[in-house]
Amino acid sequence: MKFERKDILGISELSVNEINLILETAESFLEISTREIKKVPTLRGKTVINLFFEASTRTRTSFEIAGKRLSADTINISASTSSVVKGETLIDTARNLEAMNPDVIVIRHSAAGAPHLLATLVKQSIINAGDGAHEHPTQALLDMMTIKEKKGKIAGLKIAIIGDITHSRVARSNIYGLTKMGAEVVLAGPSTMLPRDIEQMGVKAYTKLEDAIPDADVVMMLRIQLERQKQNIFPSLREYSQRYCLHSRNITLARKDAIVMHPGPINRGVEISPDIADDSSRSVILDQVNKGVAVRMALLYLLTGGNE
Amino acid sequence: MKILLTGARVIDPARKTDTTADILLEDGKIAKTGTDLLSSVKSKEAVKIKIIDLDGMVLTPGLIDMHTHLREPGLEYKETIASGARAAVTGGFTSIACMPNTDPVNDNRSITEFIKRKASEAALANVYPIGAISRGSSGIQMTEFWDLKEAGAVALSDDGKPVMDAALMRHALEYAHSLSLPVIAHSEDTNLSAGGQMNEGYYSTILGLRGIPSIAEEVMIARDILIAEFTKTHLHIAHVSTAGSVRLIRNAKERGIQITAETAPHYFTLTDEVLQTYSTSLKVNPPLRSAADLKAIREGLADGTLDAIATDHAPHARTDKELEFEYAASGISGLETSLSLSLRLVQDGVLSLPDLIAKMSLNPAQILHLPKGTLAAGADADITVFDPRLKWTVDVGAFCSKGKNSPFHGWEMQGKALLTIVGGEIKYSLPSLKI
Repeated sequence: MKFERKDILGISELSVNEINLILETAESFLEISTREIKKVPTLRGKTVINLFFEASTRTRTSFEIAGKRLSADTINISASTSSVVKGETLIDTARNLEAMNPDVIVIRHSAAGAPHLLATLVKQSIINAGDGAHEHPTQALLDMMTIKEKKGKIAGLKIAIIGDITHSRVARSNIYGLTKMGAEVVLAGPSTMLPRDIEQMGVKAYTKLEDAIPDADVVMMLRIQLERQKQNIFPSLREYSQRYCLHSRNITLARKDAIVMHPGPINRGVEISPDIADDSSRSVILDQVNKGVAVRMALLYLLTGGNE
Repeated sequence: MKILLTGARVIDPARKTDTTADILLEDGKIAKTGTDLLSSVKSKEAVKIKIIDLDGMVLTPGLIDMHTHLREPGLEYKETIASGARAAVTGGFTSIACMPNTDPVNDNRSITEFIKRKASEAALANVYPIGAISRGSSGIQMTEFWDLKEAGAVALSDDGKPVMDAALMRHALEYAHSLSLPVIAHSEDTNLSAGGQMNEGYYSTILGLRGIPSIAEEVMIARDILIAEFTKTHLHIAHVSTAGSVRLIRNAKERGIQITAETAPHYFTLTDEVLQTYSTSLKVNPPLRSAADLKAIREGLADGTLDAIATDHAPHARTDKELEFEYAASGISGLETSLSLSLRLVQDGVLSLPDLIAKMSLNPAQILHLPKGTLAAGADADITVFDPRLKWTVDVGAFCSKGKNSPFHGWEMQGKALLTIVGGEIKYSLPSLKI
């Protein structure tokens, strides 16, 4: 199968076949990262720009390593969104980058839809590395790859996503991806963190963690943003952690072999108790990070015409 | 200068007439209406009369837009009074009322007089300034209502900046009512709408954009209806966008409270579903709502709950719109598409043509106490003629407005203004009309 897309803007637009192709390509790249010489010449001469308008360590590093392991030249740009008030617009930044002829632009931005705007402006391939509360497609792909490896399949699994769904791009991309792949997705979070009409996305939403995780094969915990307290969306971290923290007692509601995921960075003791996070029989958090490099290698490869 | 307009379908909601007739304009006024005026004038002084054959066209009192943003003074890069007035006559409007959110805000006599002077220099549409309720529209201290009225303000509003202080709204309504100045409410609870980018619902959820809930509009309308009832004053509600708002206004009218209300073409034409492209031309405040809201707006127009159709013409420059969605300015440039979009209500069977014309001329005139909106003999010769069958395609590049921000670019329309006469003078005619 040839990969026809110019951009990866969101999981919402990907077909099941495209998701499978990406995951299979990523699986074939896993081995490279285990070699002593962790580099192949596949993308030699290609240029990848990581354009990050929002602070990120893990995602940016993962993209950078992915590019370098394929021998692409990777350039990191940390831009400021204060350019809205003064300085250069996203459109001008995009046109300037375009003039330097890169092959792929990876963008992270606090404004939902910013990668879509960029994609309409430049001829290069755009990869969305997270846009506001909209989508984070590479995270969902690495999550699906992890689930597939640990469970052997995605279809038919019950997957619980717990936390601040309203502000989570990870949740949205995973809802699109996992439901497309045939999983049953249930959500739980305080009702102020469940966005309006979320069940129209084909999921069940609960306000109690204990209602969402019974018999779950996968429990995916989301990061809570501490600054949400100021918006009166929840009263305190103390109360949140008492009700929505995954720990050794409530995890017993899930299936015995349930795996625990988190997109990171973890607030230990708030979203997941340390004993669960460090329990290698359940926690696959570091596997997720490991798969992230392979998924991003696969996307860079496919978007630059690697499988033609 | 005399003009004789012959053979059009003449609709005058003020006199409840709808017939084929001729109209003679003389000295800036409507001299008479009748049949076969041509033969009666021909014998005497036909050579001095400009005769325009309007067979098959619709002739109505000059259309009035009671909610326009002209951006001058201060934001001339978006629109000037002259460019806005030219857009108005091109869209078939003979009169427009302009909101005070300029820079500086129209909160005193000198700005109101400046707007009037600029409008008279432009000599296109009649321009009626709306003064601010509070100084700088900052919601703290009342402006000088007497002075504003004397300078030419026809209403008061802090449009764009809702009056969050209920006591200020109460006092503004009481004080303005004693001067027969209508108060126009931009109904939005800014705590509920804070940070919002689009209607809160399924589409805001999947797009990851902060939602503006319908209750942000409705709680303020409910509050202001209670204040109007308590103070026995008239309140006009701007740009109604939700089903709940229509229900509140309908109920208030049934109970005899002095409430009038307007909506804008985009609220009965588009829903939030179209925002999936993140196109900033669709960003507007209040936001495009759900399909159920659109249906309720149309019902509210049909049953008279909504008295007027206003454009909420909000011109912006490219630099204000070619941005990430959440940084882009809100607003749609509406003067040149409003009539065509509103005619769709007739095509869809929501309104009769006379009812539509009333909502675009007579009713806004009555709400703002303007001596306009009728074709009776002796009235100002403000006249709009449109071709109800003419098909055309919206091209923002051809707009007279400086604001090219329209989500209707490329839309196929039916019905277009052909001839706009203000005070007996032709201010716009479609090039294809031979005059």
